[in-house]
Amino acid sequence: MSRPLLTVCRKEIVENSRDRRAILSILFIGPILVPALWAFMINVSASRTFLGGDEPVSVPTVGQELAPNLIDFLNRRGIEASDELGSVDEAIQAVADGTHDVALIIEPDFAENFRAGGDARVTVVFDQSRATTLADTRRVQAALESYAQQLSALRLQARGISPLVLRPITIDQYDVSTAASRSVLILGVLSYLLVVSTMMGGFYLAIDSTAGERERGSLEPLLTAPATRAELMLGKLAATVFYMLLSLALTVTGFAIAIRFAPLEALGMSSGFNVVMAAKIVLIVAPIAPLGAALMVLIASFTRTYKEAQTYLGLTLLVPTLPLIVASVLSVRPSLELMLIPSLSQHLLITQIISAEPLNGVHVLLSVFCTLAASAVLAVLATRLYSSEKLLG
Amino acid sequence: MIEVKGIAKRFGAVEALKEVSFVARDGRITGLLGPNGAGKSTCLRVICNVLRPDSGAATVDSIDVVADPLNIRRRLGVLPHSAGLYPQLTARENIRYFGQLHGVARETLEPRIDSLIERLELNEIADRRAKGFSQGERTKVALARALVHEPSHLLLDEPSNGLDVIATRSLRGWLNELRLDGKCIVLSSHIMQEVTALCDDIVIMAHGRVVAEGTAEDLKHRFGQASLEDIFVETVGHP
Repeated sequence: MSRPLLTVCRKEIVENSRDRRAILSILFIGPILVPALWAFMINVSASRTFLGGDEPVSVPTVGQELAPNLIDFLNRRGIEASDELGSVDEAIQAVADGTHDVALIIEPDFAENFRAGGDARVTVVFDQSRATTLADTRRVQAALESYAQQLSALRLQARGISPLVLRPITIDQYDVSTAASRSVLILGVLSYLLVVSTMMGGFYLAIDSTAGERERGSLEPLLTAPATRAELMLGKLAATVFYMLLSLALTVTGFAIAIRFAPLEALGMSSGFNVVMAAKIVLIVAPIAPLGAALMVLIASFTRTYKEAQTYLGLTLLVPTLPLIVASVLSVRPSLELMLIPSLSQHLLITQIISAEPLNGVHVLLSVFCTLAASAVLAVLATRLYSSEKLLG
Repeated sequence: MIEVKGIAKRFGAVEALKEVSFVARDGRITGLLGPNGAGKSTCLRVICNVLRPDSGAATVDSIDVVADPLNIRRRLGVLPHSAGLYPQLTARENIRYFGQLHGVARETLEPRIDSLIERLELNEIADRRAKGFSQGERTKVALARALVHEPSHLLLDEPSNGLDVIATRSLRGWLNELRLDGKCIVLSSHIMQEVTALCDDIVIMAHGRVVAEGTAEDLKHRFGQASLEDIFVETVGHP
């Protein structure tokens, strides 16, 4: 590397390290906040879709003395009726203000109507707007329904009629999805977060070294220094890549810790997330750093002011999501052609690493090579733009 | 020595420079005098090869600026119109960065920075970050930055811009010292008194052309003190 390039790179690294916003985003948002949110999200989604049905749940029930058999039945299904709420109003209020997820009301004339073989009613109180409570609500509803079905079967049998009369069609379900394919979204989010976090590491530096430099008028003196524009541009890119890699390494470390708090087994993923996996992920995502750096510097070079650059680069952060959206819609499997697409190839490879599937060496090489090639093209474009006289405005 | 030979530069529909020629000699201060928009900054930018001329040529020590830009930049110290500093770096670090970019060896660089800080009276702010510097402090640091590689030629675009009376006076002092060192200094200004007080040779520019040039004495002799201002005003009023 040439001397001016190193000088520029070193100065940008020092300067950026003193920018409080940049450091906050590299040290806090990427490695701490993002993984914590991710783990929280998985916990919520796992408790909503995959868990439940095992652990006993306590449901406040009004009027349980009216239907001891029903209460028994529910109990055997892990639904324990509690008597902490005395009245219907109380039960509705408790669910409405969120102190209870779901409540059951057995109507006062339940026993009477039941004996008469008529319209015995129970009411399930729940809050549809609170997604986390829906799993429990569904459990209660399912249990009630199966109790009703059991009763109707018994009553029909007592009258000498086959219960199948009421069920002309039996529906069996056969789900061919795998745990990994069900978690495409969660994994997609993981790889997206890694890519974005990597790019965020160089966000402020990319702006500062282009639009910022122009706005505060330090660009013209810089251009009078005996360095070629390519040396200046590549020095800035190198510093941006440095911070992006730093951010990537810290973020993966953050995820490695957060993943201990995420119920990955429930999602059918390997929970043994170890150092080797983390290192592999860093290496797979690393080529995104030069690509992101070149892309951001290129776009920031078009802008006139710091604020304008911030707006455009914010939108640029969405670019790597596009292939991921396609992937989640089409639920694609890794293939040779898909390795040509930066961001998508990283996503597919990360998914394989986390599901503890073996990696295809050719896939890895192709992903790295294509991403680096795209970076080189963008870097050349950025250098061209930096050589333009319009730069000074 | 800096020679400008018939340079022209156009930005879209605007002809910023039309056939500008002049010579700036070593050991003298040459002033480009002209109203705003006369083409002074563009002219200086062409000499330091930030802009390429559409036609004509500029040479520094007889070396064409377009042909060998890196060599030219080593000989030039430039104080551009917008002398922005890096706000997160200290004054000393700002100066050091340019010394390093110019490839000044470490052993020479540090003592040289110290002596520049001494000479420009920057001691108090030398190790403070440039974030809160006043315009005068910024200009001083930018001047030190332009001098750190000991260039033989100095281009200053409106150097007294934003400086108070005292700072302007010390600036004149430093420029006189640099002239005595034998440097070739070109500065631009739109303030006539400043140019007549400081410059040995004066080039009056308006609307992208040179309208008059000569030594200060020459011009005073030719036009008389009052009519120097007259030419200035006349060329501005009637393009």
